[in-house]
Amino acid sequence: MTALLSAANLSKRFRGLVAVDQVTFEVAAGEIFAVIGPNGAGKTTLFAMLAGALAPDDGTVTFAGARIDGLTPDAVCRRGIGRTFQIVRPFPGLSVEDNVLVGALLRRTDTRSARAHARAVLAALDLADKRAALASSLTLPDRKRLEVARALATDPKLLLLDEVMAGLRPTENDRMVSILKQLNRDTGITILLIEHVMRAVMALAGRVLVLHHGAAIAQGTPEAVVRDPAVIASYLGAEAVG
Amino acid sequence: MSDLWRSVNARGRIVLALVLAVLLALPLVADRYVLSVLTLIFYFAYVGQAWNLMMGYAGQLSLGHALYVGLGGYVAALLWLDFGIGPWLGVFAAVAVAAGFGAAIGWLGFRFGIAGVYFALLTIAFTEFTRIGFDHLGATGGAAGLFLPFEEKRMGEWWNLRGGQLLFYYLALALAAGAVLLVALITQSRLGYRLIAVREDETAARALGIDAFAVKMAAVVISSAMTAVGGVFYAFYYNNLFPSQVFEMSRSIELILAPIVGGLGTVFGPVIGAFVLTPLGEVLIAVTARLGVDAPGVKAVFYGVILIVIIYAMPTGVWPRLAGWFGLRSRSP
Repeated sequence: MTALLSAANLSKRFRGLVAVDQVTFEVAAGEIFAVIGPNGAGKTTLFAMLAGALAPDDGTVTFAGARIDGLTPDAVCRRGIGRTFQIVRPFPGLSVEDNVLVGALLRRTDTRSARAHARAVLAALDLADKRAALASSLTLPDRKRLEVARALATDPKLLLLDEVMAGLRPTENDRMVSILKQLNRDTGITILLIEHVMRAVMALAGRVLVLHHGAAIAQGTPEAVVRDPAVIASYLGAEAVG
Repeated sequence: MSDLWRSVNARGRIVLALVLAVLLALPLVADRYVLSVLTLIFYFAYVGQAWNLMMGYAGQLSLGHALYVGLGGYVAALLWLDFGIGPWLGVFAAVAVAAGFGAAIGWLGFRFGIAGVYFALLTIAFTEFTRIGFDHLGATGGAAGLFLPFEEKRMGEWWNLRGGQLLFYYLALALAAGAVLLVALITQSRLGYRLIAVREDETAARALGIDAFAVKMAAVVISSAMTAVGGVFYAFYYNNLFPSQVFEMSRSIELILAPIVGGLGTVFGPVIGAFVLTPLGEVLIAVTARLGVDAPGVKAVFYGVILIVIIYAMPTGVWPRLAGWFGLRSRSP
């Protein structure tokens, strides 16, 4: 397998606390890869290092054959990685379409073709009918999809999703899962998601990495991971197996 | 450009064409006083537009834009006085110097993460020490100021900006209209959307691949360059420059009022703001004179009260409200 993204011995410390401890994993082109773990496991820190929001203390991140650790967030995006924010951050004063347009302008210089691209992305995310609305007027499920649309408009090879299911009702959850699955199938885009909602992880991910106290304690298919005794003990609890 | 025209609705096009036609033809009927007030309106619309680009679009608060007016004016005036280089050529040097200062202030602020009010303080500091510097610089006339000779025989030399009210009226109109066009073009460009993205949420903008530092630098450089052109106009219109006047803090404030009152981050806001505020100042002068109230500061107090009322009634500016009332809101393209 050719890895699109690989992290090797990635570590981050905050004062005495080791938030991420020697984490190594690879994500192949075209796969959907999930990172799970209990609160405080280091998922968000790991995500921040992949997205360029934090520089790792140790270890490397390689994307498409080049080192990207320590790059600024905008440089990481220009390399071909789109990200969403767990707490959504739309441009509130702009319309839904213009929010996505800003992303589309990364690889297009004229607004006309960027707008056409933005509309196509909005259609793929079921937001076409809301394109004229102000981003600040959207409901949470719509805002979550807007986050994805905006990141997607930058034409990334890899999409980093930071808890896009958080706060969604089960039906909205399923809608997001089917949209992401379809995107992955139709465009071949690689997706790495950090997720709390196990239902979504089981439905989406081809492989899962489990973090606990900053360290990777298991890696494999979702079915195998949820049966792993270490994972059950640390995170899922016995009832999750049943 | 054609996309720009298409984004204005039919009624907006008619109003725009009418207003322009009236302003172009006005000198046929209007007297010198009316033209001088309008010249002032255009000037404030112009420099207000330059500031609007930085604050209204990029979200960077500058309270020292008088610096660029002063630098622009001084550079062009000195080139003219000392080397006989006319303002049409001198304006390039004026723009270069002011943009250089703008870039230096921007670099300091944006590179070291000085944002919001702290950035505003930085802009005030630069303007203040430039004022003090010019106060003591012999080569620029020091505190005694700089005077551009007003010679009767040179009147009508438009290429040296020596002329009467009519020349400056049309020049100011061209500047204001040009600034509106430039900012309108920017807002529909990639840079425009990036400016707004950085203003709305810098972290989110960076996650979309936008180099926020470069975008903010572009804003401050364009804004300071534009403002310097206004400074050249100011110098040749008033024919005198005093450090204590041009670099004065109140000058920086005066120049930001029109875009704030008219509507920040809108293309026509600074224009409407200038059309509201400048005549208001003139009317207040006339009224207080008629009433025989000549206590110092009376005009300023009334001006302040009216400002508060306008901003309270229309917190997002006069223009968005007007546009709504008269159906001038542009269609989404």
